[in-house]
Amino acid sequence: MPAPHHPPRLAVALDAPRHPLRPDAAHYTALARLAERGTLDFVTLGDRFGGPGPDALGLLARIAPATERIGLVPAVTTTHTEPFHVSTALATLDWVSRGRAGWTVEVSTTAAEAALTGRRPAAPPAEVWPEAGEVADAAGRLWDSWEDGAEIRDRATGRFVDRDKLHPIDFTGRTFAVRGPSIVPRPPQGRPVTVVDATGAESTGGPGERARREVAAARADVALVRAEDPQTAGAARAALRDRARAHGRDPGRLLVLASLPVELESPADAAGLADLLTDWYAQGAADGFHLRPADPVRDLARLVEGTVPPLRERGLLRRSYEGTTLRAHLGLPRPAGIYAATPEAAR
Amino acid sequence: MSPEPRPRRQLHLAAHFPGVNNTTVWDDPRSGSQIDFASFTHLARTAERGLFDFFFLAEGLRLREHKGRIHDLDVLGRPESVTVLNALAAVTDRLGLAATVSATFNEPYELARRLATLDHLSGGRAAWNVVTTSDAFTGENFRRGGFLDHADRYTRAAEFLATARELWDAGPEGGPPRRVDHRGPHFTVRGEPPLPRSPQGHPVVIQAGDSPEGREFAASAADVVFTRHGTLEAGQAFSADVKRRLAAYGRRPDALRIMPGVTVVLGDTPAEAQEHAAEIRRQQVSPQTALLTLEQVWGVDLSSYDPDGPLPDIDPDPHGELARGRVRIADPQAVADRWRAVSRAKGLSIRETVIETTGRQSFIGTPESVAREMTAFAAAGAADGFILVPHLTPGGLDPFVARVVPLLQERGAFRTEYAGTTLRSHLGLPDPVRPARKD
Ligand SMILES: Cc1cc2nc3c(=O)[nH]c(=O)nc-3n(C[C@H](O)[C@H](O)[C@H](O)COP(=O)(O)O)c2cc1C
Repeated sequence: MPAPHHPPRLAVALDAPRHPLRPDAAHYTALARLAERGTLDFVTLGDRFGGPGPDALGLLARIAPATERIGLVPAVTTTHTEPFHVSTALATLDWVSRGRAGWTVEVSTTAAEAALTGRRPAAPPAEVWPEAGEVADAAGRLWDSWEDGAEIRDRATGRFVDRDKLHPIDFTGRTFAVRGPSIVPRPPQGRPVTVVDATGAESTGGPGERARREVAAARADVALVRAEDPQTAGAARAALRDRARAHGRDPGRLLVLASLPVELESPADAAGLADLLTDWYAQGAADGFHLRPADPVRDLARLVEGTVPPLRERGLLRRSYEGTTLRAHLGLPRPAGIYAATPEAAR
Repeated sequence: MSPEPRPRRQLHLAAHFPGVNNTTVWDDPRSGSQIDFASFTHLARTAERGLFDFFFLAEGLRLREHKGRIHDLDVLGRPESVTVLNALAAVTDRLGLAATVSATFNEPYELARRLATLDHLSGGRAAWNVVTTSDAFTGENFRRGGFLDHADRYTRAAEFLATARELWDAGPEGGPPRRVDHRGPHFTVRGEPPLPRSPQGHPVVIQAGDSPEGREFAASAADVVFTRHGTLEAGQAFSADVKRRLAAYGRRPDALRIMPGVTVVLGDTPAEAQEHAAEIRRQQVSPQTALLTLEQVWGVDLSSYDPDGPLPDIDPDPHGELARGRVRIADPQAVADRWRAVSRAKGLSIRETVIETTGRQSFIGTPESVAREMTAFAAAGAADGFILVPHLTPGGLDPFVARVVPLLQERGAFRTEYAGTTLRSHLGLPDPVRPARKD
């Protein structure tokens, strides 16, 4: 199996179990700017359908204009929401951030969440994860439903768009159908980056766990795996890449990031983290890391002060951003749409 | 908390981001992107420089079709409203931010949470234009699918809004959250509110429907009505009708702001303004658009007609349904008869007739005359203010803000600074009273 060759991707969560989301734009703007100073690839914000707390996608849209390069990846739930709205909201996040949007696909399995909508009973992970995969599929098709170049503004014929480049998606899933095309033009990245937490917070094994992993293998651009040691992470990466291949995908297009809890109580911890990331990466454990600070304010500051500089010195982290989009940071090409007549060269 | 006393009748102004219809001119060197965030920033900042009450986004959840194909002549493609307004909250400080969102193709908990998020993150500037458009055509994009008949749309919208307000009121305000337990014909919502009570208590509620049911819904529950009745007489009649309905709900006449959507064309002289207005109308009604507009009335294919020739002799097909995703024309025969009469009387071609009979601008004149007319409009009880719909993205409001706003201010008809920070305070609306705890 090829070892990763692009420098490790680096992402950080802005929320933590003891620091749940709150409706405070200044707080998250400051954190995202800090992550941007550290030239990380993206920040994540967790979310649940039932909150409590603000809508994570809305919150990252709110801070998008106050940041320039950092990728913005909210969790978006797919169980009690409309796939069409999920798709248009993410396309819009990509537009307002000029190509920095992604999303972590999430589901809702609790009775409390189901009671907030009252439309369908709670269902276990093994049922809602396949649906989440379908939502991701439909969202991707909606993003592609406007081919690049659909807008022509042709004065001679009076046509604003070339409607041959607008496509119904006619998607029929197990629980929903979407006709399309989208009402939002194709977003700057073509498709915002799809992230799937392939292991989940409470690893229980079983069919739900498998369903989640399958969505990661089939649909994700970035999969997160929670692992305690580099061997476990490397094995999870290999397994995901195998499954991606089985789904007919180029495994090189699936980045597997080890998702690690971090607690930087001292500057020495920050330097130690740099050593640990260097070591895991050298062992081929992952394509990069998603760090989950226990205390985002404290830990992110320590990370930028004490972990980022040694990584830069070792050539494992950029000193400044070269690209402007999240895909560019991650080294993922802008995909040609599935409806594009002649697939354009990856930009 | 009672409303701020308003010393004299002042206008309220809103900026409508140009829509996806033929009044938005894309065929002009000045017309910019309808989707780049820079366009939204430009118009919102222009509106805030002009001390406008709010910025407004319309919604359409399916691309319109004509003769079974996507309508390709008008500007097409727009962002999802709430997301783009969250971003605009970062580049504006005081401007209200209004999203049109369907009550048919959403669910109360999720939308209440998204709007409360916007209200929190904008410091109390969120508004929701509750629309009820629903047809099987649009429903094909949604889980819910299907069709609601006209009466049901408004009972659903009313229950939706009431449920959202329960959720907003239940948000903790110093104490623990209250549980919501809503069981109604359309929704069952049980659980805890997602957020603390937001700065405005409830985002401002706008309503845009014209039927008796729509007006009743506005009178019972809305803070602002967005209407198409933009002429003096129609505005007076509409305003009187809606405000008369308020008493039944225990509301005072000034509890509701009536704001027609209007267009403005300026010139240094009256003649120049008229000339400019005519030029814009020609841009808005291309030869292709003229034929398409005619087909929407006639309900049949008219592509063989010459847009520079006379109107068809044949009568409209009352059952012809070429257009999907837009409001139906109630009486096509009457419209056709009127258009033919205009065409005969003035010797107008198809294109000239469409230019003459549709979408004429509301206020055309010098900055002085427009300021005078707008003020007179409000004084005559035809409106509490206006939602301005520019024909160009993104600079279409620049001239109005530069030239008319100062004159309105001189006349004492418009604010010279934002007195408050919330949209409710701009509109002079009271803060909603939080119901006493039931438990
Ligand atoms: C001025 C105005 C603006 C409207 N804007 C929208 C809109 O942006 N999106 C939408 O779906 N419906 C819009 N509507 C449609 C209304 O929500 C409503 O569905 C329609 O007017 C039919 O209801 P009625 O019979 O009560 O008038 C608008 C209506 C009016 C009068």
